[in-house]
Amino acid sequence: MDTFWFIAVALMITLYVLLDGFDLGAGTIHLFAAKNEQERRTILRAIGPVWDGNEVWLIAGGGTLFFAFPILYASSFSGFYLPLIIVLWLLIIRGLSIELRGHINDPLWASFWDGMFFIGSTLLAIFFGAALGNVVRGVPLDEDGYFFQPLWTDFSPFSEPSGILDWYTVLMGLLALTTLVVHGANYIAVKTENRLNARSRRISRFAWVALVVLTVLGTIATFWVSPWMLESFGARPYGYVLPLVAVAGLIGMIVFNVRERDREAFLASSAYIVGMLTSTVFAVYPRVLPAVNPENSLTITNAAASDYGQAVGLIWWSIGMVLAVVYFVVIYRLFRGKVRLEDEGY
Amino acid sequence: MEDALTVSRLQFAFTVTYHYLFPMLTMGLALLIFVLKSVYMRGRNDLYNRAARFWGKIFAVTFVFGVVTGIPLEFQFGTNWAAFSAFTGDIIAQTLAMEGAFAFFLESAFVGLFLFGERRFGQRLHWFSSLMVFLGTWASGYFIITTNAWMQNPVGYRVLENGNIELNDYWAVLLNPWMFAQYAHNMGGAVVCGAFVMAGLGAFYVLSGRHVEYGRIFLKVGVIAGALSSLWMLFPTGHFSSDQVAEHQPVALAAMEGHFQTDREADLVFIGQPDMEKMEIDNPIVLPGGLSILLYGPAGGEVKGLEGFPEKNWPDNIPLLYYSYHVMVGLGTFFIGIMFLAAFMLWRGWLYTFRPMLWVLMLAIPFPFIANTAGWLTAELGRQPWLAYGLMRTSEGVSPLVSSGNVLFTLIGFAGVYLIMGLLYIVLMVREVGHGPEGEHETLENTENLTA
Ligand code: HDD
Ligand code: HEM
Ligand code: HEM
Repeated sequence: MDTFWFIAVALMITLYVLLDGFDLGAGTIHLFAAKNEQERRTILRAIGPVWDGNEVWLIAGGGTLFFAFPILYASSFSGFYLPLIIVLWLLIIRGLSIELRGHINDPLWASFWDGMFFIGSTLLAIFFGAALGNVVRGVPLDEDGYFFQPLWTDFSPFSEPSGILDWYTVLMGLLALTTLVVHGANYIAVKTENRLNARSRRISRFAWVALVVLTVLGTIATFWVSPWMLESFGARPYGYVLPLVAVAGLIGMIVFNVRERDREAFLASSAYIVGMLTSTVFAVYPRVLPAVNPENSLTITNAAASDYGQAVGLIWWSIGMVLAVVYFVVIYRLFRGKVRLEDEGY
Repeated sequence: MEDALTVSRLQFAFTVTYHYLFPMLTMGLALLIFVLKSVYMRGRNDLYNRAARFWGKIFAVTFVFGVVTGIPLEFQFGTNWAAFSAFTGDIIAQTLAMEGAFAFFLESAFVGLFLFGERRFGQRLHWFSSLMVFLGTWASGYFIITTNAWMQNPVGYRVLENGNIELNDYWAVLLNPWMFAQYAHNMGGAVVCGAFVMAGLGAFYVLSGRHVEYGRIFLKVGVIAGALSSLWMLFPTGHFSSDQVAEHQPVALAAMEGHFQTDREADLVFIGQPDMEKMEIDNPIVLPGGLSILLYGPAGGEVKGLEGFPEKNWPDNIPLLYYSYHVMVGLGTFFIGIMFLAAFMLWRGWLYTFRPMLWVLMLAIPFPFIANTAGWLTAELGRQPWLAYGLMRTSEGVSPLVSSGNVLFTLIGFAGVYLIMGLLYIVLMVREVGHGPEGEHETLENTENLTA
């Protein structure tokens, strides 16, 4: 049961990254991809009907984490206090920038929100990557299962206490940013035509080069900082499938990009994200929050909710997820196809 | 301001109160928009469709503010109330997570459809999405109220040997007896809010001679909904709420009512200032014996005063609790008065031309927001000193390792961000109201011409 919920939460977070990932990426690249007002609005229209739903995966994933592993929720959210609150502010800024820009027709107003959209999206991508980096590196949990980390100390992942930002977690942040840039560019390419489409494709191609470099660096750094990450793969070799999916995605992205098959390129970047995240999660299992002192690590057993709670949760959760998937399929189908500005909403 | 507990409480109180300013309007408007859209579907009077679309725009902006201010709350349980989350997570996280799974997904899907889909997918789907938006926002109200109801009146759990608690009856939590009155009351409060805003804006349009035919529609719908919901707040729901508090949280009731000494013929205080040193009400205007009669019927009955309870179980801010409660009830009475007067005038056909009434309706717009906020202050301050009533004290729930300096930093940050957001919201509303229900064409054409 604990394992089931571990997978469920990991799945929801992966879905979150997959879905909100492309609108975060779109936020980062829109300043470069769109050269005029029409194009800016086209990009916003491409994510307008869906970004809020995408973000709900974060809330629902957080909620599920809270209910399946209350101790983990309490420990990690209070331990990452400052960065989490900063993430909240960024989410506020970004949400506003997407929605409010169109309400007043004024170039200054629009430029301001364009800037906010860029800053919010970019920093969020970096923070999410850094957060994952922290989990992989381990945090200074005490015997009661709590910790508190400063934002940074001396930027080394090996010092005690280490900060939330050190060179390793920042590297992870950059990796995440680059991933989402490619992913977002692929999405925009799918949803747009002509020059916007061509520019997005070019951005995706350039960022891909950086992505390859960062993936290699990141993988090496991970095994250097947290050698135990390899254990899971050793114990359960079938897990090697997951990094292979990531590699396949990485290759697929560039192949389809060059052939101008935008949809397939988007699927490839999705595969890359799924592969990377599931590999990490697979390696971390059965820990949910590795501690610097391994004895204090939170695991799926010592952080879990009651059996009864998890059992009733299974019922409503399954119903809820089926419903959510139905909404998403319907909404994405309804709004499928290239974005054209004539059918503007409100 | 020294300890992390105080600052965390301030931060939570500030962020949740701010958040709730938006949902109370969206939940109320969601119902009224659905009504407007349904009227349009029956009679195909285009005015009603335009009206629905116009309120849809107001809804959209408000909804965004509700979303972005809501997300921090969900996270703050973990960041600031880690001990509380660890202790009660097995129970309250169920309802919080269900809110995500059932309500937020529904809302986000159909709000997108409602706002972007009318032209593309036609009227029937648009009507349907307005229904789903209404159900979604009200479902989210249900889950959040159920969570809060559990904190007010914990049920469906059992205590383990190590002192922790765990869920043992899911349905007891979902059907918490406390929830029914609270939900009915709270949603009524949201309708009051939507109705006053709609009627008040209608009054503004009629008074200023712009968009008069829409102004009349807004007045009609707003006043009818306002009269019904205002009454609903007093009876049955307000009455049941106070009975419930009297039964389960008698010390909170005593504090709300400013009732210091135990008395068989307890007075009902209308006006007066609680004097905590002398333990009495200054400048009182009271209904002698009124409180006993309200709670126990004409025969009356003994109502325990604050002195009858150990001081460590008193709510820690009694004057504020007392004032909040009296502001809520006072405003509630005032709402019933003006809305019934307005409804009477509507019925006689005087409302659209009787300017003093229109002025009153227009100027009343802020008051439902105040009443709702005061209501929540009452509920939450009355719950003190408990975080989960009788189970966990507020002082035990705070995150153990987060320092007050860090919380103060984030509190100041929230204050800054929310101040700017408040200004933005006002600017956007003023513009939206300025454009009026016909304004959409203007803006659309403008944007269509904006090719580079
Ligand atoms: C009775 C009503 C009510 C109350 C008491 C609260 N909210 Fe709320 N909340 C809503 C009614 C609502 C809503 C009307 O349903 C909103 C407004 C916009 C939306 O999406 O739903 C919302 C939004 C909203 C969102 C954003 C959802 C999204 O992205 O779609 C979150 C995370 C929360 N709320 C969480 C909370 C928490 C943790 C609360 C308690 C402390 C809280 N709300 C009080
Ligand atoms: C599910 C719904 C809610 C939950 C779970 C909840 C939970 C909490 C928590 C954890 C605190 C901090 C500890 C404390 O001081 O008691 C608090 C305080 C407070 N809440 Fe709520 N709350 C909810 C809804 C609301 C709403 C909607 C409002 C107002 C609009 C509100 C107003 C307040 C206020 C004013 C305080 C401060 C009380 C004080 O510090 O003394 N609450 N609540
Ligand atoms: C006129 C008579 C009214 C009475 C007798 C009344 C009574 C109450 C009572 C006893 C509570 C519960 C406090 C607690 O849970 O500790 C409450 C809460 C509340 N009231 Fe009222 N109320 C009235 C009017 C209003 C009005 C007009 C509004 C808003 C439009 C409003 C909004 C709220 C809200 C939002 C809450 C908090 C949520 C809840 O616990 O339901 N109330 N009210």
